Amino acid sequence: MTVLYFLIPLAIVMMIIAVLFFLWTIRSGQYEDLDGPAYRILMDDDDPLVPRKGDVSDKS
Amino acid sequence: MTQACFHCGLPVPIEPDLQVKIQGEPRAMCCHGCQAVAEAIVAGGLESFYSHRTATSRRPEDLIPAQLERLSMYDREIVQRSFVTVAEGDRRRASLILEGITCAACVWLNERHVRRLPGILTFDVNLSNHRARVEWDATQIQLSDILRAIAAIGYIAHPFDPGKQEEIHRREKRIALRKLAIAGVAAMQVMMLAVALYAGDYSGMDADLQHFMRWVSLVLTVPVVFYSATSFFKNAWRDIQRRQASMDLPVAIAIGGAFLASVWMTLTGGHEVYFDSVCMFAFFLLSTRYLEMGARHRAGEAAEALVRLLPATATRLSSDGAEDIVSVADLRAGDEVLIRPGEVVPADGLVVTGVSSLDESLLSGESLPLLRHPGDPLVGGTLNIESPLVMRIEKVGEDTVVSSIGRLLERAQMEKPRIAYYADLIAGWFVVGLLMLASLVAIWWWFHDPMRAFAITLSVLVVTCPCALSLATPLAITAATGSLTRLGLLATRGHAIETLAKVTDIVFDKTGTLTKGQLRVLDLELLGTQGLTAVLAIAATLEQQSEHPVAKAIGAQATDRVAMTDIVATPGMGVQGYYAGQHYRIGNLQFVSALSSSKVAVNASNRTSVYLGNDTELLTRFDLGDELRPDAATMLVALRNLGISVHLLSGDAQGPVMAVAQELGITQAVFAASPTDKLAYVRQLQDKGAIVAMVGDGVNDAPVLAGANVSIAMGGGTELAHAAADLVILSDHLHYLVAGLQMARRTLGIIRQNLGMSLAYNMSALPLAAAGFIAPWMAALGMSASSLVVVVNALRLRKVDALRAKS
Repeated sequence: MTVLYFLIPLAIVMMIIAVLFFLWTIRSGQYEDLDGPAYRILMDDDDPLVPRKGDVSDKS
Repeated sequence: MTQACFHCGLPVPIEPDLQVKIQGEPRAMCCHGCQAVAEAIVAGGLESFYSHRTATSRRPEDLIPAQLERLSMYDREIVQRSFVTVAEGDRRRASLILEGITCAACVWLNERHVRRLPGILTFDVNLSNHRARVEWDATQIQLSDILRAIAAIGYIAHPFDPGKQEEIHRREKRIALRKLAIAGVAAMQVMMLAVALYAGDYSGMDADLQHFMRWVSLVLTVPVVFYSATSFFKNAWRDIQRRQASMDLPVAIAIGGAFLASVWMTLTGGHEVYFDSVCMFAFFLLSTRYLEMGARHRAGEAAEALVRLLPATATRLSSDGAEDIVSVADLRAGDEVLIRPGEVVPADGLVVTGVSSLDESLLSGESLPLLRHPGDPLVGGTLNIESPLVMRIEKVGEDTVVSSIGRLLERAQMEKPRIAYYADLIAGWFVVGLLMLASLVAIWWWFHDPMRAFAITLSVLVVTCPCALSLATPLAITAATGSLTRLGLLATRGHAIETLAKVTDIVFDKTGTLTKGQLRVLDLELLGTQGLTAVLAIAATLEQQSEHPVAKAIGAQATDRVAMTDIVATPGMGVQGYYAGQHYRIGNLQFVSALSSSKVAVNASNRTSVYLGNDTELLTRFDLGDELRPDAATMLVALRNLGISVHLLSGDAQGPVMAVAQELGITQAVFAASPTDKLAYVRQLQDKGAIVAMVGDGVNDAPVLAGANVSIAMGGGTELAHAAADLVILSDHLHYLVAGLQMARRTLGIIRQNLGMSLAYNMSALPLAAAGFIAPWMAALGMSASSLVVVVNALRLRKVDALRAKS
């Protein structure tokens, strides 16, 4: 059981890291727009380079 | 109606044949504006926008070259002062409102397009509120270049000052999230340790290990109590000073007491600690507060939005006639200001020179532009349509009509949360009762078993914590709000759904709610000898220069144009010009018939009639009117089936209003109503015990919207109506209103179930806790379990498919 004296502080250190990471996400404004990023990931910036033959059917 | 414009989705006229090659195929375009925008997008290599977008784009008709020209005034230092922040060096920062954002692909398109410009440091678009933040290098690019680049792809950007209120809201939200995060993570850790500690109580545990775990829990709880939970202590202290009792008081006592007792037990090696209860308690409560705050913030934005009706700059004329662009805040009474066509009147005043018609639809709800002569009053926020005007400013800032509507709105909103006030009052008594009960329990146990007195009192406080009770309503509302949003209904106020479910009367404002809000040629009659095509071409050519809604409606009738010369507009009368040696006029009967001195029987209909004639005869009569929305009739039937009575209130004249009422079978209709009349009508209904929902679309409705029990705005309405309304119908489909009502009624049912369940839980748990059968950890667990049941029940509201199919 003595391993707990090591594991619990370790858990706390990891928790602190997680909290700091979360605080960073708040500060960098990642919670300001909750809708946009979900769609943004679907749009490839290099799309025009992808050959689009046979894929011209109306998608809109 | 053969083909839809690939860019904006509007029908493509047969002439002219406009096409743009997009994704390897020629696509039809409805107008030169769409064509230009689509070409700009393709030229920028951004055509995949078209495969990703989920809604058609807006028709870029507002992009008149003259307006684009005027964007350069945003580059002046004095104009920029109010909305541009100067960072170190030549870096500048500004916030923009983007008009025309319909889906995520628009965000992508704007970001890709603007970021490619030289000198742009950052450019981020927020899909939720259609705002963009831009940072640029002033040595490489000007603000007007950025605005022009955005205009080239079919969007309109306005710089704006985010305002203090918004900044405060942002900061509040960040702080709340931070507190929530810390409480949540700490609660997880402490609960994990607590499980070990409780297990240790039963199966035996090494004393050193137990001591160690208690210390760790103590350390983890400190930030929760001294950072996350500070607002509870502050509020409780404020309530004590004011001699009021609120929910925060027992919360503060439970958290503070449990923490101090646990610290004492840890130091002296007592028999039990309650750190887990403290953290969990704080975390659950903070979550609810966070949801609440979001709803409150949205409510406050209405008044701020009003100010944005006014433009940022105005053209001031000095005594020698020189034009000078100044910020509107710098205008003083007595200044003379030039207002070009297409510009917004910056403040209240009088016309000095010029005659023009003004679109006052935002303020008065009057759908047709009004003619203003020298000496007539002008109201800030209205739009000049026809020709340049010089006005003398009479009132600025707080004294203007726009500001006073804003104040009315604010007051109406402050009157509103009366129900919330009563709820607080009742909660206060509940809390006082709870505290007295807890102290009675404490005293009784102190005399019978002092060892257990504290644990039992704590159990009573935690178990009776109306957590499930307080979660019951907001969670159901939040879930329902999400579902409604998917249906195309946006609830902007917390009480909207609850009130909507109880609505007995719905009041419609005719303009733009039951009708499409656009003038169209409903009927035309040939009076003369010329054929239909020739007449339409002449009429369209005459009207093509004008921005007047009547002109737009007639211009849309034909795409053919003829070669006319000397086209001159006479404000308030009509337009004239020469074609093939003949003099043509289009406009009101008097103006047109003066040319040929011919007479015609005046048609006494409810519609606006416009005539076309030349110097020998009258050629055509155009009957214009507003069309009913296609689903208006079915919606009214559905509303009546739900047992709701329907009223029609309008600022328009008797004719059009009664025509609509008759067509739809509405018996309770009032015409020519001013905003005050409308408010009085709504109040009168409310005095009879009705719960009134008001459906409106203009700023003039704002006080009425706020005075109704629940207000609903159509998505096509003005920005302000959106912000002031409790509910916004985002699509143009009225039947979603019916779906929303059904959803609201279901939500209320679930709220009642939730309240019933949590009350039953509290009532049964309280005697058990008071009798000492429940340990604090069981109390905290029971409280969480009851909350969970309530949450799961509320989440049932997220299923909308059945409802969507029905509507």
